[in-house]
Amino acid sequence: MHDTAASRDSVSLALAGSGGAGVMTAGNLLLEAAALAGYCAIMTRTSGPQIRGGEAAAMLRIATFPTDGQDDRVDVLAAIDWQNVQRFAAELPLAAGSVILGDPEQGQVPEVFARSGAQQAQVPLRKLAKGIADGWPNMVALGVLAGLVGLPAEALERALRRSMKKKGLEAGLAAAKLGMAQAAGLPSYALRPAQPRAGQWLVTGNEAAGYGALHAGVRFVAAYPITPATELLEWLPPAIVKVGGAMVQAEDELASINMILGASYGGVPSLTATSGPGLALMTESIGLGVAAEIPIVVVDVMRTGPSTGIATKAEQADLNIALYGMHGDAPHVVLAPNSLADCANATAWAVQIAESLQVPAIVLSDQYFGQARGVVEAPVLPQTIFPRNRATGSDTYKRYAITESGVSPMAIPGTRGTTYTADGLEHNERGLPSSQAADHLAQVEKRARKLAQFDPGEDWATVEGEGDTAILTFGSCTGPAREALARARADGAQARLVSVRLLSPAQPERLKRALQGVKRVLVVEQNHGGQFLRYLRADCELQCETHSLRRPGPLPFRPAEILAALGRLRRRAA
Amino acid sequence: MNAPLQAAPLTAKEFKSDYKPVWCPGCGDYSVLAAVTKALANLALRPENVAVVSGIGCSSRIPAYTSCYGFHGVHGRSLPAATGLKVARPDLTVLVASGDGDGYSIGGNHFLHACRRNIDLTYIVMDNHVYGMTKGQPSPTTEPDWSSKLAPGGTGLREFHPLVIALASGANFIARAFSGDPNGTAALIEQAVRHPGFSFVEVLSPCVTFRPEQRAWKERARPAPVGPTDDPARAARRLMTDDGFNIGVLYQGKRAPYGVPVAAKHAAPESLAAGFALKEVGA
Amino acid sequence: MTRKRPQPKGAYADFMARAYAMELEAVERYAQFAEQLDSHNNRDVAEMFRKLSKVEALHAKRILEEMGWPSVPALPVAFAWETPEAPETAPFESLHYLMQPWHALEIALQCEVQAQRYFEEIAAGKAPKQVREAAAEMAEEEREHVKLIRDWMKKVPKPPADWDRDPDPPRMSE
Repeated sequence: MHDTAASRDSVSLALAGSGGAGVMTAGNLLLEAAALAGYCAIMTRTSGPQIRGGEAAAMLRIATFPTDGQDDRVDVLAAIDWQNVQRFAAELPLAAGSVILGDPEQGQVPEVFARSGAQQAQVPLRKLAKGIADGWPNMVALGVLAGLVGLPAEALERALRRSMKKKGLEAGLAAAKLGMAQAAGLPSYALRPAQPRAGQWLVTGNEAAGYGALHAGVRFVAAYPITPATELLEWLPPAIVKVGGAMVQAEDELASINMILGASYGGVPSLTATSGPGLALMTESIGLGVAAEIPIVVVDVMRTGPSTGIATKAEQADLNIALYGMHGDAPHVVLAPNSLADCANATAWAVQIAESLQVPAIVLSDQYFGQARGVVEAPVLPQTIFPRNRATGSDTYKRYAITESGVSPMAIPGTRGTTYTADGLEHNERGLPSSQAADHLAQVEKRARKLAQFDPGEDWATVEGEGDTAILTFGSCTGPAREALARARADGAQARLVSVRLLSPAQPERLKRALQGVKRVLVVEQNHGGQFLRYLRADCELQCETHSLRRPGPLPFRPAEILAALGRLRRRAA
Repeated sequence: MNAPLQAAPLTAKEFKSDYKPVWCPGCGDYSVLAAVTKALANLALRPENVAVVSGIGCSSRIPAYTSCYGFHGVHGRSLPAATGLKVARPDLTVLVASGDGDGYSIGGNHFLHACRRNIDLTYIVMDNHVYGMTKGQPSPTTEPDWSSKLAPGGTGLREFHPLVIALASGANFIARAFSGDPNGTAALIEQAVRHPGFSFVEVLSPCVTFRPEQRAWKERARPAPVGPTDDPARAARRLMTDDGFNIGVLYQGKRAPYGVPVAAKHAAPESLAAGFALKEVGA
Repeated sequence: MTRKRPQPKGAYADFMARAYAMELEAVERYAQFAEQLDSHNNRDVAEMFRKLSKVEALHAKRILEEMGWPSVPALPVAFAWETPEAPETAPFESLHYLMQPWHALEIALQCEVQAQRYFEEIAAGKAPKQVREAAAEMAEEEREHVKLIRDWMKKVPKPPADWDRDPDPPRMSE
């Protein structure tokens, strides 16, 4: 299908080049211009292993409808130069309808892209830039791309004025204008016009998670730098100080998890953020949070594993360690945001649950959400900060009193008459060490009861649509799954989407209701072993025909793959 | 007159809980417990304003034996837990209790960084040169030729020198105490608490079960011949050359304790969303 | 709540406050020893330390009565013993979980001897007369205790050479 002028609802662009070419700067400006013009947009990035000077690509999707997933293919691949860009071939799928824009000075389009059948066009980026004092090729490329997708020149100018320093602004504006003029002679990928909307955010998932945490009352953060969670840690220091909190950079993850346990024991809601290797180091101490009933939140921005894996790419393979990584019976909370904006809601919710149940909560974000920058509807967060169940002075204070709900009042240091020792050793109701079978049983049951009795309401999952076929997924697979279902519906097929946000405690009854009348489910997840599928089988007793669509990272699912899998399911059923 | 009644300082006994220690009779840690409670009484503190944080091991059992707020965490991580607590709650007096295994082996890295960070904590390490809770294995401070089941004939490894490490890493107060002198130990702990920043008190605390020969430490421990210095170079020479039995304050630095940036006025979290909003600059 | 503590004034009151502190520390230490041995299932010796604690408590009480102090006196400023602890306080390291009553008495004997010497030195020193007289009186009392404990030791069995033998190895607890 060939798009006519201004008929598109979505376009995917990639701008590649070597370090120093400024592809990320141009990508960010394009994202802002799209946002200011009223489009939804998301930008992800890929780069070589070099810290400076390596090949890189900014990948944008701009759409008239809300989405934070990737489309099936890249419509426009523009390169400032082609050095090693072929390494990104798998991440930049092209097709016959795509166009490849190159600078004739930079030589041939690499074979791996050329053989896609995409149309090729040339724009002398460098030469054009040279014609402007202080002109840069990336700014010319920015103008070309903005022109190709039909962004209003005024939106592009506003984006540049908003983000560029005074020095270079005039040259940037001139270069962008020149680039935009070049677009006229190129194939059009123009989007339907959009109306600027109020209440939109331009944010990364990592920033959104940090915001959600502070909004929900987190006032202490300790963390150790790790890709791809670092942006969250870098966003926090000025922000947490503004709201009256404090942050410490720890010497390692063993330290950061114990720092937040100490701070939360002191009565201050606390959080750390990490990725798989850090989570692995933290698990022993998360168990301490379970045993001593200290609320903490750990945001795991998942990357490809095991070991160091691919630090800059997403995978949903930390589900097992998040759910089952701890020794002993260690009931705790595991949540997964299912959109970029949901990184804020899910993290805020994690803080609330942790504080109300006095339990550790793990938030499974991933590199895709964490490092993608997107235009999103500003999330609506709960206005009240959940108050921890605090103890007041008493002569007979029992920190770990057996209660019906399993939650017992927690004394905060400084309170007279309620001193106790928070202990990772098994203990009795008073908190004194005990190796008695009866105390162990009572405390194990108490800790399990807190979670078993927790009522998550409707927030446990996002449930959409009708029909006897359902996609069951979580996290960043939700966007492409939703888009696949929308296409299926457009073809007249009905199907449901169940995207689980609360993974632990598992909600088998709610899942059963959500799947009422469903005959077939397709479980979609981004890992090799089918961790989500196994979890569903073990903890949720799926009672319908179950199919699995899974593959490891780092490539994100694209809607067409999921749609094809749904099609296979239907054909088998027919 | 509405002036609040001034409560008399509590006695050392009032800083003890009614929970009884599991330590072997004769253990130096009993004496350290007595010294800690005495120091807290002398400092005229109240148990609810003191937190005692520990890891795992014989020494780390101390928190529950006090009437203070206690935190008995995982092995080796007492310093990070105490760091988080003190940063989040600077109003509390935070003591950290550890041993040579918990503090110098599994928790060694945190020791370095706690010294560097110089947060206002008092770190009391009960050093008996052996792992007691796991039945007598060599620790980082064990003599190289001390034979045990796990290291028959000895480890052959040179001993870790905690005081020198503390100095090199930036600790602001370094003292050595001996459990055979509970009053002296109490006085050193008291000084350590009063000294701003990270204060390190290494207490020689014999293990009568696995190292009964340490009863002879009594004959070797003696007051340090000279008073504390504030010159790290001099302190380094003294610490490198002493035989490990000089008791007293050995270094007293002047480094300002770690300060976390604090906002004069707290903003509402919603105000942070301004950074994400799609508004023009100046609009 | 306030608690009034008598502030000793003058050399005699200081001396008596010190003597009181000495007795009180001994009371507390023996009580702690009793608890330690209770926790280690050595009931006989725990009982012996409880008795010793009571004896010292009587002494302490007598000082309070003599001075007419309603409660624990504050200690003189810059108060310190010349020994690591008060002369009558048994060191923590003197215990053993398998110790026998005879050992407890041996510890007590050493403490009483030290206390006796402490008072004798003051009595023979340059303190004011009232203090020297009181110290002499207390030294005499301690001498009696030394004799009492020596007699007591004759009545309890002397431990065999292998009293600290334990056929089982120590246990691991964590």
